[in-house]
Amino acid sequence: MTTLTPTSETLGQRVLHGLGGFAKARETGILLALVVVVVAATARNPGFVFSADGFRDLLLTPSILLLVAVGQAIVIITRNVDLSVGSTVGLTAYLTGRLFIDVPDIPVPLVFLAGILLGGFLGLVNGALVAFAKVPALVITLGTLYAYRGINVLWAGSDRINASDMPKEFLGLGTAQILYIPVLTLIAVFVLVVAGWYLRTQRGGRELYAIGSDPAAAHLYGLKVTQRVLTAFILCGALAGLAGVLFVARYGTVNSQVGSGYELTAVGAAVIGGVAIFGGSGTVWGAAIGAYLLFTINRALPILGVQDFWQRAVVGVLIISAIVLDRVLAVRSTRKLVEARDN
Amino acid sequence: MAEPRTYKDYSRPLWRRVLLTREMAVIAALVLVWIWAYTQVPYFAAPITLTYLLLDIAPILLMALPMTLIIITGEIDLSVASVVGLSSVLLGTLHQGGMPIELAAIIAIVVGALAGALNGFLITVVGLPSLAVTIGSLALYRGLAVGLLGTTAVTDFTAAWKDFAKSKLFGTPIPTIILIFVILAVAFAVLLHFTPFGRGVYAIGLSPEAARFSGVNVERTKFILFVLSGAVAALAGIYFTLRFGSARGDNATGMELGVIAAVLLGGVSIFGGRGGLHGVIAAVILIGALSSALRLASVTSDVINIITGALLIASVVSTSVLAWVRRKRIRPGGRKTGSLAAAKG
Repeated sequence: MTTLTPTSETLGQRVLHGLGGFAKARETGILLALVVVVVAATARNPGFVFSADGFRDLLLTPSILLLVAVGQAIVIITRNVDLSVGSTVGLTAYLTGRLFIDVPDIPVPLVFLAGILLGGFLGLVNGALVAFAKVPALVITLGTLYAYRGINVLWAGSDRINASDMPKEFLGLGTAQILYIPVLTLIAVFVLVVAGWYLRTQRGGRELYAIGSDPAAAHLYGLKVTQRVLTAFILCGALAGLAGVLFVARYGTVNSQVGSGYELTAVGAAVIGGVAIFGGSGTVWGAAIGAYLLFTINRALPILGVQDFWQRAVVGVLIISAIVLDRVLAVRSTRKLVEARDN
Repeated sequence: MAEPRTYKDYSRPLWRRVLLTREMAVIAALVLVWIWAYTQVPYFAAPITLTYLLLDIAPILLMALPMTLIIITGEIDLSVASVVGLSSVLLGTLHQGGMPIELAAIIAIVVGALAGALNGFLITVVGLPSLAVTIGSLALYRGLAVGLLGTTAVTDFTAAWKDFAKSKLFGTPIPTIILIFVILAVAFAVLLHFTPFGRGVYAIGLSPEAARFSGVNVERTKFILFVLSGAVAALAGIYFTLRFGSARGDNATGMELGVIAAVLLGGVSIFGGRGGLHGVIAAVILIGALSSALRLASVTSDVINIITGALLIASVVSTSVLAWVRRKRIRPGGRKTGSLAAAKG
């Protein structure tokens, strides 16, 4: 990819080029919206940002959904969708709680590993059904949404695992901070940076975009479509699994309904962030900002004097505006390209 | 039969074309489950079980009708359960404000149709993918419903109306709502199978481009279907509210996935172009009967989630496997000719 950059370009030009790209990027608009929401809420109530709790919540609350949204974005980029992520979060969250009860003194990293592995396995089941049975992901993952949740309910029953069943050092992760930044947020941002880097610069990542743009062409070109799609689903499941573990660390209680409804929020976050629902375009950065915006709005509305009952309506308006905006931009760029060709 | 046939299908004898279909497989499964439950599960044979079974599945039955047509055109409507919530809240607040139920119900249905029209506008005029649009309107309509009523509920409906929602037909165990459903089902079946509009629905699902060139008004057809979907969902919302005597913003949350699961299980292809109402109706009753039987057999009713999911996956995967087997049978000799055929195709 670096060979495409003309070597004659000076550092200054490159910075300007980068800034121009940043200003035009789809993610910038949604980032601006996020900033506007935060600034408006802070102007009303400075405690929204400038208090220990406010600052922590601002960073902490969306972190768990961020992981799910990043995984979802990776799958959507390949022109698939994973509706089972909410159920995956629920199952891994319950597994986390169970492990602490059934295996006394289990090391915390092992619990993380178990959660990620279980999530990855559930993703593998989705991916295998989609990639080998050639059935649309929407149908398969709608099925596994029910199946995984059913297994969860069957396993957990009306059981509830409470904070007292879990070791202090694990729950401490949920509130721990390094340099005023919550550890959970650091984990989420680390995952985001790695995923963003991989999708932007690595061959495997670029192939995901190629597959999403035109699966048939990608196949003819010799890309390993089946393998890549499978990988995308495993990644998505593993991230949902990590989110499940973090959910327990953050909230300290688990029942059989953890994470239900996350699937549509995660898809919504990705769509708001500019990930095209039919694949091939968008970034995990956009999805991550989308997730942050959704949760931040949730907290900002009451401060701005809107009853928080209206929060979902605002989310709906946001999603619809985002896709209308994408459509307008796409039409405009097509027109420009056609003009450029005709001239 | 009503489904559009490819040339290969006509080479099979009529009885195979009628009997060996996805729809018939679902109907057979329904009959088997029903016989099993009727003979083995205590109290399943009691008339009251049938009444409650039908009362429970009525909203899904209603919403599955337009959803079938929408999915046959290759689109999807995820916002139906939110329209149920919105119509429930409208009925409640308008009635509380002193409006007679009949008028409030008509307004709720009109608003439901408008909600569907907004979906239809964004999908057909602006040209957005229905999956994304209706995820947005799912949040929007649910948000309006919850925003209007908050966490409170309106429960002061007159006993006469609540009883009407639960009433039965002339001493049979069949609830009155099923009569309304049957009327709608016949209307939708006629619309889908015996009118140019319905044939257009299949044509759009098979190939929107080809349908447009054959003179089908693709945009108008889809728009009408989304309006119908909104209106029928609002009707389901009125029934839901009166049956439980409670108008709440979170009524029927998550029901959209149940409706879509039933439609897909009933043999409608998510790619569009194939499926029929009989399979879908059988699928809704199948899921309802299974969950009712399991509850009576005091298996924890949560198993129904696993069964719904497994049935859905099995039904779609089996189609792929059957197609694979058929290819093998037509071209014995396996891999080599298979890949040759794939290269040609």
